[in-house]
Formats: sequence, C-alpha cells, structure tokens
Amino acid sequence: MNEKLKETFSSFEGKEEELIPLLQKVQENLGFLSDESMEEISRFIRIPASMVYGVATFYTQFRFTPKGERHIMLCRGTACHVKGATRIQEEVENQIGIKVGETSEDLKYSLENVACIGACSLAPCAMVNDTVEANLTPKKVEKIFSISKDKK
Amino acid sequence: MIQEKRITLKNLGKINPESIDDYINEGGYKAFEKAVGLHHIEIIDEMVKSSLRGRGGAGFSAGLKEKFTSEACLRCEQKYLICNADEGEPGTFKDRIIMENDPHLMLEGMLIAAYAIGASKAYVYIRGEYYKSIDRINKAISAAKEKGIIGKNVFGSAFSVDVEIKLGAGSYLCGEELTLLESLEGKRGYPRIKPPFPAEKGLNGKPTLINNVETLATIPAIIYNGPEWYTSLGTEDSPGTKIFTISGDINNPGYFEVEMGVTLRQLIYELGGGIKDGKKFYAAILGGAAGTFVNESVLDTPMGFDTLKEKGAVLGSGAIMVMSEGRSLFDITNSILEFFKHESCGKCVPCRIGMPQLLHIMENLKNNKIGRVEALDLLLYESEFMAKSSLCPLGQSPILPIKSLKQYFENEF
Repeated sequence: MNEKLKETFSSFEGKEEELIPLLQKVQENLGFLSDESMEEISRFIRIPASMVYGVATFYTQFRFTPKGERHIMLCRGTACHVKGATRIQEEVENQIGIKVGETSEDLKYSLENVACIGACSLAPCAMVNDTVEANLTPKKVEKIFSISKDKK
Repeated sequence: MIQEKRITLKNLGKINPESIDDYINEGGYKAFEKAVGLHHIEIIDEMVKSSLRGRGGAGFSAGLKEKFTSEACLRCEQKYLICNADEGEPGTFKDRIIMENDPHLMLEGMLIAAYAIGASKAYVYIRGEYYKSIDRINKAISAAKEKGIIGKNVFGSAFSVDVEIKLGAGSYLCGEELTLLESLEGKRGYPRIKPPFPAEKGLNGKPTLINNVETLATIPAIIYNGPEWYTSLGTEDSPGTKIFTISGDINNPGYFEVEMGVTLRQLIYELGGGIKDGKKFYAAILGGAAGTFVNESVLDTPMGFDTLKEKGAVLGSGAIMVMSEGRSLFDITNSILEFFKHESCGKCVPCRIGMPQLLHIMENLKNNKIGRVEALDLLLYESEFMAKSSLCPLGQSPILPIKSLKQYFENEF
C-alpha cells in the first residue's frame, strides 16, 4: 500500500462512521481520491467499495481527479449570481483556459463551482485555495490570473 | 436612527478570538459556571421562559427542544448535543461571523445546552469550506480543554463533557438536522423520515439535541442575565436580537445584530446605507434561497417569525438580498431553482422529478412557449405538489419563492 495512505489510516480505527472524515483526510494528504485509495479505504473500513463510492460521489467536496496548484472555487450563490457571477465565470475560464470541472494539463489550475460560501457581502467572490477573492470584476480576474496568460 | 444591539456579537472586535483569556476577562464561561451550579431542570425552565426561537430558520422554541431531549429517557447511557454550523443557505453568513470572531461564546452555549440535556458528548458539524472558522473552533476547543472547562468534572461539578469537530463534505441538505445525522454516521446525506425526531432517536439512535450556532451563542447571555432580561428585548412573538446579513444592491453590505421588530426599511436605509447608485428599491429576498420575495409594501413590517408569516414571507436565517430597479426576477428565480436542483439528493420522487419540471417550465417561459401568468401558475401547481409530498425541507422549499412571486410580483415576473 502507498506509504502516505498507510500513514493517513494510522490515525483512524476503521469504524464505519469514520468514512467521511477518512475520505477527507485521504484527499487532504493525497490531493484526490484515486481508485487505489478507494479500494484500500473499503478494505480498511470493511464495507464494499461500492458503498465507499456511493458516499464519496454524493458529496461535492470529493474529487477523483488531481487538483491544480491553484484550485479555484467560484461561488454560485444567489447573492453572487445577482452581482454577476456568470460573467466572472466566463472571464476566469477565458483567463486560465479551462472550463468548470476541469484541471489544466500542467496541473497548475483546477476550476469548480461551489454553492454559497457565506461571503455574500463581498459578492461576487471566489476562493483560490484558502483565500477569498472578493468583489470580483472582469478586470480584477484578469489581474489575479494574469501570470497564467504568459505561460499558456 | 436604529442602533445595533449586540449579544452574540458582543465581543466582536474587542477580543482576540484565539485567546481564551481575553474571553474569560470579558466575563466568559461565567454563565457555564453558574449553570453547572444549578439543577439541569432549572436551566431548561429558564430557556423555556426566555422564549428563544431557533435561529437556524425554523424558529422552534429552543427551550422546548431542550426539554424534549432531556425527557426522552431518564437512564440513557448516552445523549448527544450537536452544534449545526453547516451554514449553507445562500445569503447567510451570520454563523461564520460568530465562529470567526467569538468561538468561545458558541462553545460556552454548547456546554450549557449539553449540561441541560445531560449530554456527555458534543459535536460541531461545520462546513468544510469555512477554513478560518474551523481553525478558530479547533483552537478554542483545545484551549478550553487545557483550562479544564471541557473535560471531567468541570468547575468541580459531577458533569463531564467532550467536544469534537466534524467537517461537512459539501452538501446543502446536510444543514437539515436529520440529514446531518446521516452524514455524521458516515452515510450519504439522505433525509430521514420523521418522526422519530432527534430528541427521541438521533445520532446512533440516541436522544440528540441539534441547535444552530446563533441559537447556542445566545444561551450564555440568557443564563447569565435571566429570561426576563431577554424577553424585554425584541417583540412578543420573537424576543431577543437577530443577526441579519444583507447583500445585493446595497451601499454597506454586511451583518447587523439588532432587536427583533426592526423593519426592512431601517435595515436597508439606516444600517445598510441605502440602495446602491441612488437607485430605487425593487425587491428583497428574505431568508435565502428557501426564502421569499417581498416588495416595498413589506418595508415597514416589523421583522419577526410570525409578523412576516402573516405577510406570506419568512424570516428564515436572517438573510436579506436586496435588488434595485432593473433586476430580473426571472433570472434570480432561475438561479434559485438551479441551486435546488443541484442540491436535491434524489431520494424521494417529488423532489427528484419536480425540480427538473420547475426548470422546464422556466425554460418554456424563456422561449416564449408559454406566457408569464400561465408559467407562474404552473410553477405554483408543481411546487405545491412538491411541498405536500417531499420528505424533507428541500423539496418543500421551492414553493416559498414561487408563492411570494405570485403574491408580490405577479405582473412583473
């Protein structure tokens, strides 16, 4: 078994109610949930892999493809929508050259939509890794991601 | 001009949220110390008398909920308290403000509630995307453990308690209390059929009390100052204060804690600084996506659970999204329905089939296949079905915005 996976498992007992925290920890340590990870988790908790997939695919947090170095979560909450989130999404997709749900081939960027992130007074907003980027405008988006254009 | 009255936000900006000593110096954990010196039934009595209504949106009496959970069984080996910090209602960010700025206040409320119902284990179920809040709560729990405020025989009493944090994994539905329990047990976030209510059979089948962050953060002040003090604030049907989070076309979007009974006009024009770019007020959504549209006729209605209900509106989580003239209600409704469709879990048929149906009607309206009046009637017909037959609040929610559109904007939708 992958060393990192082994290490992640070591802080868990293997009880069924630990499934979601375990999936979260594996994703945190390995970046995403690979087929191998999923099978090892199923063996560790002693439930069928289908059940592990059933739970993991239900929640939007879990991903089965690697995340980019800069992971962008665009808020699509109602307040952001009112303030023009659609236009922001177009601009971000334009700037980094990938669509929502994709990861760039060089693994520099990944882009996804998320439900309201509770920063409605800063709408429209997005999270880039752990940082909230507030009051976005197409110009601001260009500034945040301008480095990427040269490299594209 | 209306002033803020801060109870749950009283320490905001005054203390270092990461310092338990700062919190204690401001009188923190005094209410918990007082509580463990009282009989647990006295605490519940005080809570019932305070008439505090749950701040998660439903507005059910917090005291009665404690009472039911406490009385569920006398010799249970295990009861649980859960703090619902899975804040996900669009337009709502009050819980985040409390957790980031005063995590110990929420924790103190949890400890008092746990003592009142006799729970030896408490969980904070928090949104995975709330990185800063998670960090603050984690630090607060460790600091309280170090001081012996969480642990065995707190303040020399017979009461022992442990608190643990659990991260949500990205599901709006898990903010609903029964679904939250499924998620905590490591399953897909499917709603449970109720009854039984969590007070009888909650987490792992044991009696469980689930309260919203803002509700819990209000408890210390009530226990410390007494229920009469609390009921002297706000209105008769909704005592106390409430945090309102205002966003949209407004000059000072943000959060304001004020006494209940405040009007929308005061919130928008006095605290919120008025409509952006000097435009005219057009509409507001109260309570988030599972909320209601209102027009200017509601601007002077005192905000409270029952007063708004009389107007066909809801207070919900206290979210207010303001729209100035020129905004398209069709566009916003479509966005709300898309959101519900995305978050619908697929367990029960009315919601799983109903959500795409609602969007189908919107699509037909957009393509001029049907007229506005006909579309609104169809939406209402469909969402009424969903409200009557869906298992959980998600399927029962689309009727809220739709019915209020019919009531307030029939000719403009």
